[in-house]
Amino acid sequence: MKRLAPVDAVIVGGGWNGLLMASELTRRTGLSVVVLERGEARKTQDYAAGMDELDYGIRLRMMQAIRDETVTLRHQTRERALPIRQYGSFLPGSGVGGAGEHWSGISYRYQPRDFRLLSHLCEKYGARSLPPDHALADWPVTYDELEPYYDRTEKMMGVSGKAGNLRGKRIEGGNIFEGPRSAEYPTPPMKSPYLAALFGEAARKLGYHPYPLPAATTSVDYTNPDGVSRAGCSFCGYCERFGCMIGAKSQPTNTLMPLLRGKKKFELRAGAWVRRIIAKDGQAQGVNYVDSKGEEVFQPATMVFLASWTLNNTRLLLLSQIGEPYDPASGKGVVGRGLTHQVSTAAATAFFDKPLNRFMGAGSAGTAIGDFDGDAFDHAEANFLGGGTLYTVCYGFRPMANFGVVPASVRSRWGREWKKSALEFYDRTGRISFYGEHLAYRQNYMDLDPTYKDHLGDPLLRLTLDWQDNERRMASFMSGKAVEIARAMGAQEITRFPGLGRYDTTRYQSTHLQGGAIMGANETESVVNWYLQHWRVPNLFVLGASAFPQNPSGNPTLTAVALTYRTADAVIDRYLKHPGTLV
Amino acid sequence: MRRRHFLTLSASTVGGLLVYSLDRTPSRVHAQEGTLRVPLKFFTEEQALDVAAAAARIFPSDESGPGATEAGVVIYIDRQLAGPYGKDRYRYTQPPFEKGLPEQGYQDAANPRDIYREGLKPLAGFHRREAAEQDKILTGIESTVFFTLLRTHTIEGMFCDPMHGGNRDMIGWQLIGFPGPRMSYLEEVDQYHGRAFRPKPVSLAEVVGHRVRPSEEEE
Ligand SMILES: Cc1cc2nc3c(=O)[nH]c(=O)nc-3n(C[C@H](O)[C@H](O)[C@H](O)COP(=O)(O)OP(=O)(O)OC[C@H]3O[C@@H](n4cnc5c(N)ncnc54)[C@H](O)[C@@H]3O)c2cc1C
Ligand code: SF4
Repeated sequence: MKRLAPVDAVIVGGGWNGLLMASELTRRTGLSVVVLERGEARKTQDYAAGMDELDYGIRLRMMQAIRDETVTLRHQTRERALPIRQYGSFLPGSGVGGAGEHWSGISYRYQPRDFRLLSHLCEKYGARSLPPDHALADWPVTYDELEPYYDRTEKMMGVSGKAGNLRGKRIEGGNIFEGPRSAEYPTPPMKSPYLAALFGEAARKLGYHPYPLPAATTSVDYTNPDGVSRAGCSFCGYCERFGCMIGAKSQPTNTLMPLLRGKKKFELRAGAWVRRIIAKDGQAQGVNYVDSKGEEVFQPATMVFLASWTLNNTRLLLLSQIGEPYDPASGKGVVGRGLTHQVSTAAATAFFDKPLNRFMGAGSAGTAIGDFDGDAFDHAEANFLGGGTLYTVCYGFRPMANFGVVPASVRSRWGREWKKSALEFYDRTGRISFYGEHLAYRQNYMDLDPTYKDHLGDPLLRLTLDWQDNERRMASFMSGKAVEIARAMGAQEITRFPGLGRYDTTRYQSTHLQGGAIMGANETESVVNWYLQHWRVPNLFVLGASAFPQNPSGNPTLTAVALTYRTADAVIDRYLKHPGTLV
Repeated sequence: MRRRHFLTLSASTVGGLLVYSLDRTPSRVHAQEGTLRVPLKFFTEEQALDVAAAAARIFPSDESGPGATEAGVVIYIDRQLAGPYGKDRYRYTQPPFEKGLPEQGYQDAANPRDIYREGLKPLAGFHRREAAEQDKILTGIESTVFFTLLRTHTIEGMFCDPMHGGNRDMIGWQLIGFPGPRMSYLEEVDQYHGRAFRPKPVSLAEVVGHRVRPSEEEE
């Protein structure tokens, strides 16, 4: 094994969280920083030639190559896990910028109650109302503590939107159910495509409070506080699963890399596949990786930041045998605990009599309502806890993935009748979608698979994951609400979401997986403290949504990045002066 | 070495067709004239004719407009199977292969090439049968992995960028009013509310001004 010269900080993963940590350390300290990214280098100029649905939307050219590594899945511990052999329910990113290159940019803040969910639900409904197998926990951070970092993240990304709660004052037109914000969004809301406008009108008519989706597909030309300028979005529609060819969508390569390029003490190594974090006597020593030429390398470092996304963070901790693996039978151990996804459904598919021009749009151009999020609504008629967001997003519908959807009255799926109907409705079909809270359960967790291996021979990560009644009931309740909205939008025919059933790896839901290295109040229940610092290995930090104790309905990235800013402050302002535990 | 196979497409299948756009205005689709002799990369000529005939039943050419035949869907499928997709480059293929639950997704060892080879065997001579008989045969295999793939690939071949061999002359895109990869709808996005915006489709090569290498040409 080749041993390299030591560096101050090694960062595993070059996505939003890894590159943000790199840019904070590089710009604010004199430390040497190396980012190890197993995918390839990328830049904005590559992306115009990437406007191809087959190669990017379907063959997934920007995603982690599944033939090298996947995960296995089973619904329950007594079942046998099998590998997810082709991508379906989520799409792990790879390459410089990570999933942040081909994300949609929908950028919610979580509600204040989400940060103290366990206490909140107990106060409101009593501990007995919780599912007996829950593994809920309060976050060790409050909304108020995170608010300044939310603000910083929105300004860095140039998030477009309209405030609904400015320092406690409710503002119509924004999301009136959100927590108090210290400032308005840095850029105005996106323009409204037709379907989003129809949704907004209908929701208002029904007495709800529609607001424009908060969008990192920035609406106008914008220069952020770091001095990085980006163009406004042009609604090309090649957004979700694609990199933005004009740099309008905030991506690590166009927002963070400009701050890092050419910096002497910063180095980004693409094609570096990290296999182990090496720790001894409660100190991380560095990492082992395989470089782009296939050579085994040891990179010694004074600090290690793991920023390889939820599943990879968890897997690397398990492979490196750092921390006790979680055991669902005894409830002991921490690594792998608290796996959550997100209840993400096409709540209603609506067929209209007018063309929608669905090809125009952006990953986060849309309208949402928060009236059914968290405890914004009366749960008397609901037989579940929590809630989520009903919304319509005009992300730019592509024909190969979307052609062929027909109303339920058409029985055939091929041939003359189907074709006629599919043509007629191709541009008249709109979706009302739902993003809902996924509670943590004792039995949903991650460990290493005993059978299947990656291309280097390391065990795959095994997910044990299924929906419980709380999610199933929530999904069907929200589908009912979506149908009412679709009717008010003037839909001719409406198809309801068929129901959640069991966790399905073949239906794309979202790439929003959380947990595995959760933060908490103490080391018996969590892997990291509230600065995402490892409880037992204080020079190891585990960044990203792996730290979320459970999923609070909205998309995770804004919150994950805000937490990374907070960790960066704690490291730079305090840890570097007195290395050791921060709490 | 594999013997060279060609598929001959007659001019009558590709010449000026009347189609109805979604706002119900008829227009003439401009397509190439003359006979095309296309080299096959994966199928034999017989297989190609059977696949073309099956795709034409899935997405027929009829009074609602052109279909799989005019779009050249079979060419698309042939190239996909010849390329990395056909060889399962986009799948985790390590053993053991075990039977799973539907929610665990496709678990067999057979790659798309194998699935087509096997699926086509009982269909030999399919292209020489009457349409009604063809429909009956396809109905009989509706629930197979092969048919599911064939249906998906037919839709893909209708609406892919023409660089992948299907959607010839952007006939599929013209049919559904999809304008192809365009850089901007900034002016139109909040103006065309409830009325169709249907600019003439453009291909990726036209938009970026050079040929783009499709995934099927990769190793
Ligand atoms: C299609 C799509 C749409 C999305 N839309 C939204 C949205 O609208 N809103 C939202 O909030 N979120 C969205 N997301 C999720 C969002 O992209 C992620 O939450 C976010 O990008 C995660 O950032 P990260 O830095 O934690 O991880 P990633 O971006 O995944 O970066 C991790 C990096 O680590 C690298 N890596 C992993 N393992 C190793 C290893 N062993 N060695 C070296 N490198 C390694 C990976 O290659 C990757 O580049 C979307 C995701 C997808 C795929
Ligand atoms: S829709 Fe907007 S943000 Fe998305 S890729 Fe196109 S121009 Fe960029």
